[in-house]
Amino acid sequence: MPETAVTRIRHGSSIGQPLTRRDGLLKVTGAATYAADNHPEGLLHAVMAVSAIARGRVTHLDVAAAEAHPGVVAVMRPENAPKLAQHPDKKDNPFAFRLDLLQDANVRYANQPIAVVIAETVEAATEGARLLAPRYEAEAARTALDTDTPFVPPAVGAGEEPSASTGDVEAGLTAAARRIEVAYETPSQYHNAMEPHAIVAAWDGDRLTLDTPSQALAMAQGRIAGLFDIDPKNILIRSPFLGGGFGSKAGAAGPQVLGIMAAKLAGRPVKLVTRREQMFGPVGHRAQTRQTLRMGTDGEGRLTALEHRTLTASSTYDDFFEPSGGVSHTLYASPNISATHEAVRLDIGTPMFMRAPGEASGSAALESAVDEMAEACGMDPLAFRLKNYAEIEPISGKPFSSKALRECYAQGAERFGWGSRNPAPRSMRDEAGLLVGWGMGTATFPALMMQAEARAILRADGRGAMLIGAHDMGQGAWTALAQIAADSLGLDLDAVTFEMGSSDLPNAGIAGGSAHTATAGSAIHEAGRAVIAQLADLATNDEASPLFGAGNAGVIARDGSLLRRDDESRGERFSEILGRAGRAEIVATAKSASDPAARDHYAMHAHGAVFAEVKVDPELGQILVSRLVGAFAAGRIVNPRLVRSQYYGGMIWGVSFALHEHAVTDARSGRIMNASLAEYHVPVNADVPSIEAILVEEDDPHVNALGIKGVGEIGITGTAGAIANAIFHATGIRVREFPITLDRLLG
Amino acid sequence: MNRFDYVRAGSIAEAIAAASEPGAAYLAAGTNLLDLMKGGLTHPTRLVDVTRLPGLDRIERLPDGGVRVGALVRNADLAHDADFARAYPSVAEALLSGASAQLRNAATTAGNLLQRTRCPYFYDPASACNKREPGAGCEALGGETRGHAILGWSEHCIATHPSDFCVPLVALDAVVEIEGRAGRREVPLEAFHRLPGDTPERESVLEPGELVTAVRLPGEAAGFAAHSRYAKVRERTSYAFALVSVAAALRLDGGRIGEARIALGGVALKPWRAREAETALVGAAPDAAAFRRAADAALAGARPSGDNAFKIELARRLIVRALTLATAGTPERMPALPASVFAPASGDPLHA
Repeated sequence: MPETAVTRIRHGSSIGQPLTRRDGLLKVTGAATYAADNHPEGLLHAVMAVSAIARGRVTHLDVAAAEAHPGVVAVMRPENAPKLAQHPDKKDNPFAFRLDLLQDANVRYANQPIAVVIAETVEAATEGARLLAPRYEAEAARTALDTDTPFVPPAVGAGEEPSASTGDVEAGLTAAARRIEVAYETPSQYHNAMEPHAIVAAWDGDRLTLDTPSQALAMAQGRIAGLFDIDPKNILIRSPFLGGGFGSKAGAAGPQVLGIMAAKLAGRPVKLVTRREQMFGPVGHRAQTRQTLRMGTDGEGRLTALEHRTLTASSTYDDFFEPSGGVSHTLYASPNISATHEAVRLDIGTPMFMRAPGEASGSAALESAVDEMAEACGMDPLAFRLKNYAEIEPISGKPFSSKALRECYAQGAERFGWGSRNPAPRSMRDEAGLLVGWGMGTATFPALMMQAEARAILRADGRGAMLIGAHDMGQGAWTALAQIAADSLGLDLDAVTFEMGSSDLPNAGIAGGSAHTATAGSAIHEAGRAVIAQLADLATNDEASPLFGAGNAGVIARDGSLLRRDDESRGERFSEILGRAGRAEIVATAKSASDPAARDHYAMHAHGAVFAEVKVDPELGQILVSRLVGAFAAGRIVNPRLVRSQYYGGMIWGVSFALHEHAVTDARSGRIMNASLAEYHVPVNADVPSIEAILVEEDDPHVNALGIKGVGEIGITGTAGAIANAIFHATGIRVREFPITLDRLLG
Repeated sequence: MNRFDYVRAGSIAEAIAAASEPGAAYLAAGTNLLDLMKGGLTHPTRLVDVTRLPGLDRIERLPDGGVRVGALVRNADLAHDADFARAYPSVAEALLSGASAQLRNAATTAGNLLQRTRCPYFYDPASACNKREPGAGCEALGGETRGHAILGWSEHCIATHPSDFCVPLVALDAVVEIEGRAGRREVPLEAFHRLPGDTPERESVLEPGELVTAVRLPGEAAGFAAHSRYAKVRERTSYAFALVSVAAALRLDGGRIGEARIALGGVALKPWRAREAETALVGAAPDAAAFRRAADAALAGARPSGDNAFKIELARRLIVRALTLATAGTPERMPALPASVFAPASGDPLHA
């Protein structure tokens, strides 16, 4: 990969430097190749036809009309779709979602793929898909939470218990001096990465080459191998850059597999790019919720009870349940806590992990309700949170591996100027007469870590290489992981060849759960240590080396040399050691995983505090977030520039959650009526005038060897609630339905 | 692919002849038409590209002090024309409040007039829509109607016209110049767009082949320049269509309102001139009570077409706001966020 020049700030260590993205130049000049930029010889284009009904079956497709259209090569439909070795509904883990791969004529949600037209040009395929003019036998669509009797799902999120509790909530409420019961609603939101799910698929016998974005190369490879009954080793997935993933590119999504099937049917390479409106159904979404919170406090504002009940929805055919209650497990101290989940089944595409799944929707409701409780107690929202600060994780009773939330509150409040807040709602105005509101929320996200493997190489010329099938969704993995690689090898960043983003590299697990830097970084760290240990063996056992006899633990690697730990003036270049040993290169592979013993002992979470200022027009209700300050503690910061960007992105997503994003579903048809980026609003530049992210120092000796927690999702949590609370403070009107829109503030 | 003829017209006569065939459509910047074609929502059999027609890209001063804006003048070019913006500041403000910079750089004067509604049911090929298929029915009725019409709608169509540009234009008595097989004619913009009635598919008075060649603003409309504003309420701070917008222009005579112009956007299938409100203001002192009376008059005939009753109250309040702003006077510099309630009074850029 050609690289952007980097500015060096500190000698001897890459971790901690605010390097610019190594792939930045490629991206701004358009030279970075995303999946759909690939055009192998003989390429055909495939376009999906999707269902206009939400429930029922397809009774007719005008295949003849489509086939007769000039340029159309084939119409793939249930009758002629390549047979799969595994049913698309096979599900052996919570990450394997049931897929719609033309297995039958049934329709389970609007925008479900019902046919794929393959043609010489994308225009011909598009017109072919239109000519199919499907006819349906439709049944009434069910899309609202009140449609059915709720049930308790067997698990929520990624296999978590649907219920957790400590103490006795009813007793705590009975004993309370003050009580509230409030219900908050959050809408369906759809992943809309800039880059839609796209694939270029080419078969060569039973070998398959795919250019497609993936947050989980090995998992996608495994799923595809199962569906087509081929050896995973025969599948090469190249995914050097993703134009965003947000959870929807974790496995192999239906449209991507349909592209592979189309290539098989046509016997030529095929490109399939999901159209923007087709992103609203087959590739996941954040499920709608209704969250009912009951809280009680004693006379001093201490929580005597916290109950968080979530009602959410999954599809009729698969299980994913938005785990909104998880935040109440960890965030506030109370002797009596209960978090439970119920669900209904609707005629929708299966919901999925969407950036901060559970935490985003759950914290929006919890932080709003906490604000209401503080208001009921007549307490400052920050003082209330400090009063109920969880010194240990409340339900599990575990100590935190580290928790600098107090510092986050303090630094965020100081920077924001929280101390000068007038507590009375509707009490603050700006010079233009707009209502001003200040609100805050606590941010939280678990510090997860998964398994990964990396391969490190040291070469006789003194250079190193690090190979890992890691994923860059835009978060900066090309840069941050290379920084870790350089340090692990004791080399300058420029002396390391770093490769990632391809399935033929060692398995880096999943880029999800804000865990990729910890996961892939730990494997890189271990691989680097392993290859340096081999080098140390060579040197310390060689009488000709100045390091002879130092023992392999008695040396350290720095700037391309091994040095005696007890006397750094004695050392030797890597190249000299390898040259004398006659070795062209040495290679080490290492695996890493989280330490189960540490996880048994400690609760591991990143934390933060978000402060929001909003302005609201007193007569017209229009809302602007005028200022956001977030302070986050997430362990060691590998690259502060990239981390700040992650926080900004998360906080802007929080603005989106609070004010903009929601799928508008027609209750009669079950169709989503705003399935375009013109109408499915996310914030534009003018919606985010001023945003700051403070990196609060936190040293975590337990979470993993590098001390890294995640930063990719936490920015959303806290922010949506902070904005909702600021709107209440500005207007005195409490809107309990997200997104908060101006019609609710007209008074 | 969806095949169609493409004709690049060299003269207006050639364009009109080519576009008089059934199924033909004029193509200018295509910022709306091409999206509709890609979405399979319209299927012209012939596109007549008018972008090379000579003489339609000029802004001309007229002897009466008015201005003729050629059909092909780009929205951005018009808004940034200093003389035009000085004479018709609310028109410039409306233009700059619409779409995005990229779209404004491409979109044309006539194209803006002829843009189609943003009704989601119009854009959803699976929904019944009388505009797309006369007689098919209107599935917006009883559906998701938050943004729909509150004035002049019928049971056949409850869509709105999305233009910002047209709102001050209609307030200022703009005239549309049209050429067709039968020659030239002129139509006041107020009469150019049609209300849905029972023929919502007929959106304007244009006959087949007729070409909008210019929009003219009369010289007397520049008399409002000192007290002329456009105000737009939308769901995000920029790059969003109006829920409701108001163009307000006043001529003040010694502390009294000599003449008022008021038009509303986002409320009906055409830019809505509120003549009763204008009449109610003549001779009144420019104060809140008068503005509220005018707002009540403007919305007297309003009724919700669904879950959008809030738009009636919002429109009332926005009329009061726009009149208040107009009374205060046209700002020296274009606000950083044109037409926004969040435009800093100082004109300082929002992203300081």
